[in-house]
Amino acid sequence: MATPIETKLKDSVAAAGLALVLSIPFIGLHTISTDQGLVVESRWSWVAWAVGLVFIGRLLLGFARDALAARAASRPKKQAKPVVAGAPTLAARLTRAFMVAALLFAVTLPFMPYSDRYIIDLGTTVLIYILLALGLNVTVGLAGLLDLGFVAFYAIGAYSFALLSKFFGLDFWVCLPLSGLIAALFGAVLSLPILRLRGDYLAIVTLGFGEITRIVILNWQGLTGGPNGVSGIPRPGLFGLSFDRRPPEGMGSFHEVTGISFSGEHRLMFLYLIVLALVCLAVWVINRLRALPVGRAWEALREDEIACRSLGINPTASKVSAYAIGGMMGGFAGCFFAARQGFVSPESFGFIESALILAIVVLGGMGSQVGVVIAALFIVMLPELGREFADYRMIVFGLAMITIMVWRPGGLLSTRVPTVKLDQKGA
Amino acid sequence: MSEPLLNVTGLTMRFGGLVAVDGVNLSADTGRITALIGPNGAGKTTIFNCLTGFYKPTSGELSLAHPTRGKVSLQTLPGYQVARHGVVRTFQNIRLFPRMTVLENLLVAQHVGLMQKSVLGIAGLLGLKGWRTAQKEAIERARFWINRLDLAAVANEEAGNLSYGMQRRVEIARAMNTDPLLLCLDEPAAGLNPRETAALGELLQGIRAEFGIGILLIEHDMTLVMGISDHIHVVEYGRKIAEGTPAQIRTDERVIKAYLGEPDEEELPPVVAADIADVAGEGDRV
Repeated sequence: MATPIETKLKDSVAAAGLALVLSIPFIGLHTISTDQGLVVESRWSWVAWAVGLVFIGRLLLGFARDALAARAASRPKKQAKPVVAGAPTLAARLTRAFMVAALLFAVTLPFMPYSDRYIIDLGTTVLIYILLALGLNVTVGLAGLLDLGFVAFYAIGAYSFALLSKFFGLDFWVCLPLSGLIAALFGAVLSLPILRLRGDYLAIVTLGFGEITRIVILNWQGLTGGPNGVSGIPRPGLFGLSFDRRPPEGMGSFHEVTGISFSGEHRLMFLYLIVLALVCLAVWVINRLRALPVGRAWEALREDEIACRSLGINPTASKVSAYAIGGMMGGFAGCFFAARQGFVSPESFGFIESALILAIVVLGGMGSQVGVVIAALFIVMLPELGREFADYRMIVFGLAMITIMVWRPGGLLSTRVPTVKLDQKGA
Repeated sequence: MSEPLLNVTGLTMRFGGLVAVDGVNLSADTGRITALIGPNGAGKTTIFNCLTGFYKPTSGELSLAHPTRGKVSLQTLPGYQVARHGVVRTFQNIRLFPRMTVLENLLVAQHVGLMQKSVLGIAGLLGLKGWRTAQKEAIERARFWINRLDLAAVANEEAGNLSYGMQRRVEIARAMNTDPLLLCLDEPAAGLNPRETAALGELLQGIRAEFGIGILLIEHDMTLVMGISDHIHVVEYGRKIAEGTPAQIRTDERVIKAYLGEPDEEELPPVVAADIADVAGEGDRV
């Protein structure tokens, strides 16, 4: 519907007025520090520019909307897509191609000439979030159980490694499976009280678990060191070889044994490859699980719990296993995080982390692994790319998230790939 | 006469002050189709919910004569265990796994057996031979039921995208994939057109003849009930008011009164009464 020009002008004036009100404090006044301290200075020309731009922008937007509506009206209505049996295969093939390309890229990334410390470090961060989101994807995406306190498992994994190495001197490779097991155990135990909860109540209680875990860590000074955290966590070595310039007692060093000249980047590359391997393992395991009765029961539970019970599936067992497996992935990620930082403190495990991981899962499309990978890239990289905008980058970040949710309410990849197909032989 | 497959005695279900089911006795046997009919709100679905482990009955004995495990009291089992003992149901308002394909729906139904074969997922994760064979067998069994219920064309479709009639068939196929002793169908013909209803009747008779399982049926479509049932129980206000063969029920005065009211009113054939009841819908669902 085309709106008359008066309406457009009225809208534009209103928008300009709003811009004026907002821009006076935001743009019009700014402080500069002089010898006498802070002095307020006015920049009225900037305000005028802002108001003018908003006015013109709003006007153009009105015309653009009319043009779009006219075009949409002239186009014949699109037919509802018929359900074709062959349709998901193409999607599946594309997904596969993307996965292979992404894997190739990820494996070769640290050896590329343009890869410096910053890129490898960023890659590692992205992969940690992918691992976390893959874990949360089991509980939220597959089993349909909301978890707002997922960071608890991340923290438990990290502290498991930190404390096991501090008190028992265990190294990374021993602690990695142990951290996963401990986190899985916590997942199973924490899932018991919430078996009967759903919806809002489930959200509140899981949120509570996340916070309780953080607060216990913060206050249990004797064990966890409280707010000071645990430092001096050993770095992972490669078959007993250290990546330090001067390896600790009793360890060989990578650069001496291999004869490659020492570089601090080798350790970063090594860490990157470890977490990449963990992510690949997680993708493989979860993919396998989906086609196993355990995983199918998770998805069935998400779809209809009552129908599950009527088929003899024990919903309790399904829920406990979903939280345990999800928690285990979180535990692995936590253990790796501790090894990478060499230091853990409760500050790294706030609610914002849970929210970020959940955002990755929801944005990626619940249950979709490829979606999770893309969303993790997006969510972790975007604030990094926007560093030049400094303070505004969170606004850009928020805007981008809203845009995606409006554009694709089901997440980036909301098509579900069936775990098994019936070929039509003898049908 | 030997012990029937399912023997219900004195089943009572109270919700606070409301007595939904009051001392109902009924039985269902292998190789027979037993129907449970009654006006809306009579407590039929409540009886089903008690039978299939969704409600714990206030009192009464639900005794299942299991061929290998002997006599089992269903009311003492945890809800999900009832299906593992061979009493499987469908729902009045279809409950499929809508975002999973038809084939996956049928595979979920084989969960219990497959879970054992996958050894808690470990053998499955490693892709061991025993698991692979089990999986192939499961798919073949699903394929059998997919072909049997004429679902081959939609086997790889998401169940939620199918037509109503197809979804009903998928639900029956899914129940049959659990390898039941007693198949409990809650209004399987609701929402089906006359031709689909007739096909359903043939299907149920075929299943009974071929697999010798018992079928317990709640249904309002009297043509279907009278056509295929071996035995009919009639409930009203939570009490059983009559039982017998279709011919006996058709002429039973209490039944006619329950469905049509006092005899001085204009007489409607039972089919019409059932249609009226269908339109009114039923409140006591899961």
